[in-house]
Amino acid sequence: MQKYMRWSAILVVLMLVLAACQDGGGDGSEEPGESTAAASEPAESMGGGSAADCDADEFGCIEIAEGDPLVIGTALVITGANESLGLDSQYGAEVAKQLRPEIAGHTVEFNHQDDGCSTEGGTAAARALLSEENIAGVIGTSCSSAGIPAAEILSAEGILLVSPSNTAPSLTAPETHQDFYARTAHNDSIQGAAMAEFVCDVLGLTSAATIDDGSAYADQLAAVFAAEFQEQCGGTITAEEAISVGDTDFSGVLGNIAADAPEFLYFPIFVAEGALITQQAKDTAGLEDTVLGGADGYFTPDWLAAAGGDAEGHYLSGPDLEFGGDFYEAEFLPAYLEFSGEDTTISVFHAHAFDAYNLLAETIEAVAFTDGGTTYIPRTALKEAFFSTSGYEGLTGTLTCTETGDCADAKISVSQVTDGAFVKIWPEE
Amino acid sequence: MPARPFRLDVIKLVLWTIGGGLILFAVWGSILTLQQGRFTPEAWQSFVIAGIALGSVYALIALGYTLVYGILFMINFAHGEVFMWGAFSAWFTAAGLSEQGLLETNPVLSFFLVLATAMIVSMVIAILLERIAYRPLRGAPRLVPLITAIGASLVLQYTARGFFGSGVRAYPDFGLFAGVVDLGFLRLGLDELVVILAAVGLMLGLYFFINRTRTGRAMRAVSEDKDVAAMMGINVDRIIVTTFAIGGVLAGSAAILYTMLFNQVHFFMGFLPGIKAFTAAVLGGIGNIIGAAIGGLILGILEQVGPNLFLTGYNIPSPNQLQDVIAFSVLVLVLIFRPHGILGRKENA
Repeated sequence: MQKYMRWSAILVVLMLVLAACQDGGGDGSEEPGESTAAASEPAESMGGGSAADCDADEFGCIEIAEGDPLVIGTALVITGANESLGLDSQYGAEVAKQLRPEIAGHTVEFNHQDDGCSTEGGTAAARALLSEENIAGVIGTSCSSAGIPAAEILSAEGILLVSPSNTAPSLTAPETHQDFYARTAHNDSIQGAAMAEFVCDVLGLTSAATIDDGSAYADQLAAVFAAEFQEQCGGTITAEEAISVGDTDFSGVLGNIAADAPEFLYFPIFVAEGALITQQAKDTAGLEDTVLGGADGYFTPDWLAAAGGDAEGHYLSGPDLEFGGDFYEAEFLPAYLEFSGEDTTISVFHAHAFDAYNLLAETIEAVAFTDGGTTYIPRTALKEAFFSTSGYEGLTGTLTCTETGDCADAKISVSQVTDGAFVKIWPEE
Repeated sequence: MPARPFRLDVIKLVLWTIGGGLILFAVWGSILTLQQGRFTPEAWQSFVIAGIALGSVYALIALGYTLVYGILFMINFAHGEVFMWGAFSAWFTAAGLSEQGLLETNPVLSFFLVLATAMIVSMVIAILLERIAYRPLRGAPRLVPLITAIGASLVLQYTARGFFGSGVRAYPDFGLFAGVVDLGFLRLGLDELVVILAAVGLMLGLYFFINRTRTGRAMRAVSEDKDVAAMMGINVDRIIVTTFAIGGVLAGSAAILYTMLFNQVHFFMGFLPGIKAFTAAVLGGIGNIIGAAIGGLILGILEQVGPNLFLTGYNIPSPNQLQDVIAFSVLVLVLIFRPHGILGRKENA
């Protein structure tokens, strides 16, 4: 008898649980009904869309309820040796948000994630941002290696990823481009060619060696430089070497390069290894007189501090930050320095992040519509609007996006370290 | 004459084939490389010297592993972090001295202050580790302190990250060790020379300490048999603390030598040298002090010379990216042919 009682008690509990679940399910199934009812009311639209657009859109709509914030994610490298690269972009985006705190009638909130400047970090950051429902778009990543998986993950969900500093050509190459990926940074097919032109024409050197660190950025940029250097002035590439991120002793690889005594050594890598190679190259027999050069991966005061006196004379390519106009000097920089608490900018992609934010804001407002207080942003329409950007006047120039998401108005300049500071030397005005 | 039954040990056969294959690959690669004549004798010389300098740093850290293993039969995986804390604390001293200007007016005194900071901080951390993390587990099964060591290592790493951030910091320039020393037959950086001499000096000091002093004798006794040593009136706890302290001091000095070569500190810097030094200790025969020194040197030289010597001949692109592969292949080789390391003894515990 007691046994029977116990079983029936369990049965009752089970039934209660089931009933509770049923209730939850019931709530869920009512929701679409509610929204269709709302849809029949006249839609108050900004972009001229209607609820039908959401159903028609392959990825549906981003829905932001009245009074809720509009969330923009960031996936930038904000810790570790390369944090200056990511924080610089983050401050650029913060300045943009300060000047434009509302998009489509909603206050903007950031969800900051760390891309770790690595494939793993990019994956983790993208997954973390996926858990934020109705994220309107993502500014990131800092490093191309992080951008590759992040673009894949976010594109699969129809979330726009706009990078202020990814420069690897493969990200926007037709064969490898992910649908929802775009960037305001230059493509390294331009940066590599510019550096080759500088080394050929201005420095007049004829042999060069490259070192990359296996990252998508360094690997591709070094390859572009090598190809362009051979093509533009018939230069000789004596070695195309690679190192691993995290290594500290490069005497082996530098000794190997020194065996061919190249006139120019190009290592477009990141801060920690970049500083160590800068120092160790000076101590390598056979490389004492070799001219050293790198790119925007370590174009930061952190690298200068880490490399110390050995940085003197080093050539670095990067985006040209002389934008013309008063806005940058008079408004952007003071706001940036307030956010960063530093005396100078800490890397070279803050303006690109600023443009990424504003371009995102513009296109969101172009396609968003409200209905019963809720703002709807059809995802595919947002992407298409973004990719059809043409002649947008941004801080970094006049932005026009290609079909594969290259939006930058790319201007490359070369700076030299002189008396412990970066001094722009090419192209001459 | 008793007939020894001949038995084909399959596992041994496989291992010896792998070992033999690796050696053949390396020898053939070296021949090809030398035939190419890509590197001048001076280049080889500079690889070897860089290897010895790096190897002596590994050796100093390896001594910390080996000393503790010799006495407690445990692997102190947090030893790399003891090294990192030494480098970090000394960075603060160096930066402070640089700000005050003492670094410029009196670089020698500043250098010794920085060195002393690293040694003392590393020693204190090592002693605290023993007291807090290991002593309460002295009687526990071997796996327990091993896992605790890994935990302690993470705690130390992320404490440093919390306190000092995750960026890379560069040491100010002492201006003492710049330049090249030309000994006629040999050219090497002054920093490399100082690192090698300092490491040799410290190792000789340790050797005499272990073999010629009362405490050293007590350490050897405890290493042989803790219980009997205790019966002979040796304070085993105190000897163990002394061992950790010595390991800490060596790690602290290794940290300064390492930063002389590489100039950078960050919270994760202890991990790789720690693993490499552990490898060196195993290579030389863990528990054996001279073995640790030899293991460190072999590993350092192999990392520098190995990729260029073994792989260049095969025209493998970017051979130096594979330096860790070479280092660990050598470990595999040694363990195949001499499972207890080069100078190791068979375990009795």
